[in-house]
Amino acid sequence: MTGEIGQLALCLALALSAVMAVAGLLGARANAGQSRAVASSTAMGLLVFVALAFGSLIYAFVTSDFSIATVYQNSHTLKPLIYKITGVWGNHEGSMVLWVFVLAIYSGIMAFAQRGGERLTSAALGVQGLLAFAFLLFILFTSNPFLRLDPPPFEGLGLNPLLQDPGLAMHPPMLYVGYVGLSASFSYSAAALITGEANAAWARAARPFMLFAWIALTLGITLGSWWAYYVLGWGGFWFWDPVENAALMPWLIATALLHSALATERTGAFRSWTLLLAILGFSLSLIGTFLVRSGVLSSVHAFANDPERGVFILGMLVTAIGSALALFAWRAPQLQSGTAFDIASKETTLLLNNVLLSAAAATVFIGTLYPLLLDALTGEKISVGPPYFALTFAPLFVVLILLVPFGPRLGWRKGDWREALLVLRPALGVAAVAAVLVFAIATPHSLVAAGAFALAAWTIAAAIVDLVRRGDLRALPASAYASALAHAGLGITLMGIAGTTMWRSEGLELLKPGQTMPIAGYTLRLDGVEMVQGPNYEAERADIAVFSNGRAIAVMHPEKRDYPAEGQATTDTAIRTTGFSDLYLALGDQRDGGWVLRAYVSPLAPFIWFGGVFMALGGLASLWGRLRRRAVPLEQLAAAE
Amino acid sequence: MRRLLLAILLSLVSAMAFADTGPDKLADPALEARAVALQKQLRCLVCQGQSLDESNAPLAADLRRLIRARIAAGDSDEQVEHYLVARYGDFILMKPPLEPLTYLLWFGPLGVLLIGGAAVALVIARARMRLDPGDR
Repeated sequence: MTGEIGQLALCLALALSAVMAVAGLLGARANAGQSRAVASSTAMGLLVFVALAFGSLIYAFVTSDFSIATVYQNSHTLKPLIYKITGVWGNHEGSMVLWVFVLAIYSGIMAFAQRGGERLTSAALGVQGLLAFAFLLFILFTSNPFLRLDPPPFEGLGLNPLLQDPGLAMHPPMLYVGYVGLSASFSYSAAALITGEANAAWARAARPFMLFAWIALTLGITLGSWWAYYVLGWGGFWFWDPVENAALMPWLIATALLHSALATERTGAFRSWTLLLAILGFSLSLIGTFLVRSGVLSSVHAFANDPERGVFILGMLVTAIGSALALFAWRAPQLQSGTAFDIASKETTLLLNNVLLSAAAATVFIGTLYPLLLDALTGEKISVGPPYFALTFAPLFVVLILLVPFGPRLGWRKGDWREALLVLRPALGVAAVAAVLVFAIATPHSLVAAGAFALAAWTIAAAIVDLVRRGDLRALPASAYASALAHAGLGITLMGIAGTTMWRSEGLELLKPGQTMPIAGYTLRLDGVEMVQGPNYEAERADIAVFSNGRAIAVMHPEKRDYPAEGQATTDTAIRTTGFSDLYLALGDQRDGGWVLRAYVSPLAPFIWFGGVFMALGGLASLWGRLRRRAVPLEQLAAAE
Repeated sequence: MRRLLLAILLSLVSAMAFADTGPDKLADPALEARAVALQKQLRCLVCQGQSLDESNAPLAADLRRLIRARIAAGDSDEQVEHYLVARYGDFILMKPPLEPLTYLLWFGPLGVLLIGGAAVALVIARARMRLDPGDR
């Protein structure tokens, strides 16, 4: 029965989204109050019915209703409850329903908040309606999660064990809130182009959505990176895998967008550029969806053989991006910004931020798509791995981080870079000291390490200097904290990346019980391996005694798990962190009466994710300040323009 | 980022289900360091995005042994790489070679940066002209 309710709810949602699209776009005209009312109420209706469909699917997973094919293929009665629920989006069909659910939530909020005026909201809802319509059509015709099996099987096939992890329970919804959240700024931009109201009020209306999406995307990527680190068993945190790149590209553009929108809100500058970034950000979300959902990544040829889903998404993508860009090309030239500013000004730093971040996004885009294109066109196969990005992406970020501290210190329109440099002198000093210390103390002596730490110290110290120089810390606006936290976060992440990359110690030994191996000042002793029974797996669990300076300081338990239902094995790493350094153990196979043990000591590894959390906190501070300042009437802003 | 996962997963899962063949180190630490450095630059052919250094797949273990065998036989790093490229193609290199087919890959980012930089310079120059003469 739940299957039928869900199916019906999806069909009704499809109909509502069509009405919402038409009514919303018609509501962009001046005297169309009725259309606008229809658009708002259908947005709420869409949310209700998509929620109903999503709820039915969760219910089917929780009750292990194997008459539904999606549940049969991705669940199992023995799975713990939390993984039955997260299994809903651990597969193609369910994750597409989650996608539309998040889209519907954003549309509901847009309809409820009515930011930026009725006409703008209505047109934006119209665009949201079009997107929802396309995705619901895609779900119903190529990815229906409610298809039935007759007769229903007695037991399900289970969920990929690597996905049965608490970090991963949160990661996909977080990422989707980010990905799909960019649809709101996309829709507002398209709406601004349609109504011709691309003014400061529009930028103010779209900004909370941009910020919220950016925060979620930041946390989603951070969570994904952390998950990969502790689950995959070899201590890496970023692999430049196409699927990771698919999330990184929208993040880079969204970061550029947040900065460019600052200027647009403040002085109306860079209006058309902000519009374009909003369109590009969500376009990259769509491209990411295409890359991951079409199967084109695993093989160009697999895609060509079973193209139904891929072609549908590709069609959707080309239509959405193409029409948004066409709209932009048609309407944007009418937007005269004509602002005046000097070379040394906040505007200039924002433009440099934008060009560097866009070039970084373009680099990831080229590096991700080039091998696919080359294979499709010539049959030539190449790999684009970390060394490529180290040579192309990293230099852009070095320049970006060098410039970051100047942004908050330069005034609008006309700043004084000499004074900014004078104020930032203590940060320069800290950076120099960091470089010298790192070069002198850490072995091997490395100029690259010294440079990386100087850069990190420069951004972090400059963020602190910036706050202190602004005066009474309690009286500062939230925006000051926002930029300081986010910029310091960038430095913290850089420290983490530099620390683990330069100084990670690795050990790989075959240990018999009682034998020891040394690693970076620790001694590890294998005391034994026992079999342990989990809820839906069996594990070999090692007892590893950790010694430091001859003193036992801990016992760690890396595991190898075997999931019989899924017929797969995973490594469950053991990590002992001091907050500054990780001791990381992964258990390998049994061989010749011993066990293979992989051990890593990764200095500063936790900083990688601390930095991500700092950036997200910066976003939250900005969002908080924004929502509190909402009381300022729009007319006042229009007058200021 | 179910997506992120799926791709990594599909590959890893297959890799993890197989045996970790464990250490087969060269006795000479200098040679072993060369082998490790090499296997970080080479790609596991059956996984997605992992280097030979990280992969647990049997083929990766075979190739790690092969690299050590060639190094022990006196091959230089380049010779080992050439040998592997001759057998498996450019696909095995994490760093794609610079050749006419990859010019766009290698110089594309620079092109984007130059075009973007030129556009920004133009915008700044025009914005500066609009300032009152006293402010310039």
